[in-house]
Amino acid sequence: MFERGSSIDVRGIGRHTIESVLRLGYAARFFAMTVMHSGTSFRRPRLIIRELYYSGVLSLIIILVSGLFVGMVLGFQGYQTLKTYGSESALGVLVALSLVRELGPVVSALLFASRAGSAMTAEIGLMKTTEQLSAMEMMAVDPIARVVAPRFWAGVISMPLLAALFSAMGVYGGYLIGVVLIGVDEGSFWSQMQSAVDFREDVVNGVIKSFVFGIAVTWIALFEGYDAPPTAEGVSGATTRTVVTSSLAILGLDFILTAFMFRGV
Amino acid sequence: MERSTLDLWVGLFVIAGIGALTILALKVGNMGSFAGSDTYRLSAQFTNIGGLKPRAAVKSAGVVVGRVAEITFDNDKFMGKVVMNIEKRYKFPKDTSASILTSGLLGEQYVGLEAGADDAMLKDGDSIKLTQSAVVLEKLIGQFLYNKAAEGGPSK
Amino acid sequence: MASENLVEISGVSYSYDQRHPVLTGIDMVIPRGKVVAIMGISGSGKTTLLRLIGGVMMPTRGRVTVDGELTHELDRDGLFRLRRRMGLLFQFGALFTDLSVYDNVAFQMREHTDLPAEMINDMVMMKLHAVGLRGAHRLMPAELSGGMARRVALARAIALDPKLIMYDEPFTGLDPISLGVIRNLVRKLNDALGSTSIVVTHDVQEALDIVDYVYYLSEGVMVAHGTPADMRASKDPLVHQFVWGEADGPVAYQYPSRKFSEELELV
Repeated sequence: MFERGSSIDVRGIGRHTIESVLRLGYAARFFAMTVMHSGTSFRRPRLIIRELYYSGVLSLIIILVSGLFVGMVLGFQGYQTLKTYGSESALGVLVALSLVRELGPVVSALLFASRAGSAMTAEIGLMKTTEQLSAMEMMAVDPIARVVAPRFWAGVISMPLLAALFSAMGVYGGYLIGVVLIGVDEGSFWSQMQSAVDFREDVVNGVIKSFVFGIAVTWIALFEGYDAPPTAEGVSGATTRTVVTSSLAILGLDFILTAFMFRGV
Repeated sequence: MERSTLDLWVGLFVIAGIGALTILALKVGNMGSFAGSDTYRLSAQFTNIGGLKPRAAVKSAGVVVGRVAEITFDNDKFMGKVVMNIEKRYKFPKDTSASILTSGLLGEQYVGLEAGADDAMLKDGDSIKLTQSAVVLEKLIGQFLYNKAAEGGPSK
Repeated sequence: MASENLVEISGVSYSYDQRHPVLTGIDMVIPRGKVVAIMGISGSGKTTLLRLIGGVMMPTRGRVTVDGELTHELDRDGLFRLRRRMGLLFQFGALFTDLSVYDNVAFQMREHTDLPAEMINDMVMMKLHAVGLRGAHRLMPAELSGGMARRVALARAIALDPKLIMYDEPFTGLDPISLGVIRNLVRKLNDALGSTSIVVTHDVQEALDIVDYVYYLSEGVMVAHGTPADMRASKDPLVHQFVWGEADGPVAYQYPSRKFSEELELV
């Protein structure tokens, strides 16, 4: 009998691809609805303030500690490498530029995604599973306006602040290791840094990056929670997906933004 | 969590974040040094500005006295025109010369000013007459090779 | 002139897709002021009916009219306004876990009205008193037992004195005492508030004691309806099996399978 030899599920692949595209479209609609239903969040800032506490303040410890460690490592590694070219005095430049342009926005976004992002996904997924979102709808309260939008804006506001704190801690960490521990000249550490780090090119670009990351991470976290299958496995899968998808998005967006921003420098 | 405690922490968080941003802008970056300073404008024309970029330093005796504001092409004289913001407290004589130098061997390029001896000082909007263009590496190498070829040629 | 029926369902069918009809050709009316039970075994489409009445889902065919308004003709705002006149008690309460009992009950008052805090306080305390949990107002949902959580959810559902109170499996999983409490509350609240109630359940004995009318669904189709006395006396084998909880009858005991003798390879 003449049979089909291939065991590749072509229809399955096609179906999966189409489903992914549909899901992306749904996610885009979700984003639009979140933004359009933000009126309540701005009329009642308490809602955003509450979420700022849970996403921002509670992420402070991990951001500050990580920033310090990253800065210290930069100090060590930077010194080792610069020493071979006799340019130890440029350590401040190395530490500051690495942090402000890249590591600050990117690493703090990754940490935010793991800590605050996954928490948001789990919270919303759980509310969906225990029918709290349906209950809200039945009580004529729009769950997107009341639950999703405040968290979105809290994430967007927190992200640049956390990135700045990360970078600042990192510079301090680099200073601790480079100047205090190893003995690089304090004067040249700071003065070379100041002339090399440009406000508009570096600091502002870093802030723009963290805004973009904030939007991406918070959007992904909230969508995964909202779309999670209302079961225990569903929510846990959604939480994992948030961290993975956010991380990929951050790194991908970082590449695109860096290519645009730092073209001519 | 009490409302007031929550507000307190959020407030502290936002203040700390904005504070960090300010520190980054002022202490780490260079926003503090030239944003508010009073400056006057001087211009200079070069046959080749090399790798000079806007916001590059303008130094005299090794000290930063200003920044390059803009670089344009003068279509009449076919020269590069560099406009600089010099701090008001530094005055230079009319016969000051401007050259485009490189920091270190392969570092960033900056404008170096050497003061002349004239009594009259440059004013806002004046242009520096004596200029020395940047050393372009390719031309240097080309010159070197040409010289070498010229040396070796006749003896063959 | 308001009709005597608060809810009218005519010719309603609902299906997710072509192959799986959930409800077919349902006709029912819920008269004002009455307590009506919608019964059936699991999966017969009862919860879907509640969702259709609440406007969360739209019928694929037919019309649902609530308090004179057709649900599928209402826009988002219209639906929200309609839902302000309804209260729905979810199967497991669905209390907001991050809010206290007090805040849960006060939720609708705070969201939909501008009433001053003292007035809201009085209203919350009255509702909690009605369900017997006034002293528990400071507790968090995680600290409540199943029965208590459901009573708080009930207090929350009636917070704004809705015209229509819907109960989705209110008796499931409760101990006999809590069962008795909820059962009495359903009747008493309905009469005290002058509302209309719909109870979706498969707890036959509890329901038949308190309701005025029963609709019985099987596999998405309405197979019987009548007063509790009618249902108890019914000779219809489907209804009879359900009401008296017989293990086998029109609804087979065994899941469809091969003959047992074949399974054991005796033949």
